[in-house]
Amino acid sequence: MKNRLKVLRAERDWTQAQLAFELDVSRQTVNAIEKGKFDPSLPLAFKAARLFGLAIEEIFLDDAAS
Amino acid sequence: MDESTDDSWQAENNRKAKNLAGWSIAWLGGTALLAFGPKYMWDYSTLPTLGAVLLNLVVGLAMVMALVRYISGLDELERKIFLDAAGLTLGVTLVCGSCYELLEDAKLIPYQPEISHLFYLMVISFAVSVFVGNRRYK
Repeated sequence: MKNRLKVLRAERDWTQAQLAFELDVSRQTVNAIEKGKFDPSLPLAFKAARLFGLAIEEIFLDDAAS
Repeated sequence: MDESTDDSWQAENNRKAKNLAGWSIAWLGGTALLAFGPKYMWDYSTLPTLGAVLLNLVVGLAMVMALVRYISGLDELERKIFLDAAGLTLGVTLVCGSCYELLEDAKLIPYQPEISHLFYLMVISFAVSVFVGNRRYK
């Protein structure tokens, strides 16, 4: 699953550590999600959506749909 | 966004890890007491041995509970890496342990298999699995 987490983070000038702090996960987890190596759970995806003020589908993109 | 140095999630995680380390050391101490106490400390007297057995079980149970709390505090990727490693360790231990146990019956080794050898295998298997898991998601 692709995502725009890195772009959204960069737009706000946040580091991975800062984003990890806000999401209550490790920096390694943020890095793995950004690189598409790990798909977040639905609760974590909702948390990220709330944090950025966006809908989940505006952050996480279904590979099959693209 | 203000990233506090007193990171609550990370701090809580570290606290649970230290708690687990403390109970693990206590369990090792309890195991050592049970292993060597009867011979070197109280000359196989029954009551102290029963006390050491009870202590070992209680501290061991506390260690398991600390492990459960530690796992519940991990984030989802850390938990996946941990559980993958635990599953692999269980499989490796089961397969190698049963095979190892049969080696003596088949007269391929001259000594009786010891459970401590399985502990070493579990530790090595778990450590390698966690290392590989962390590398995979780096």
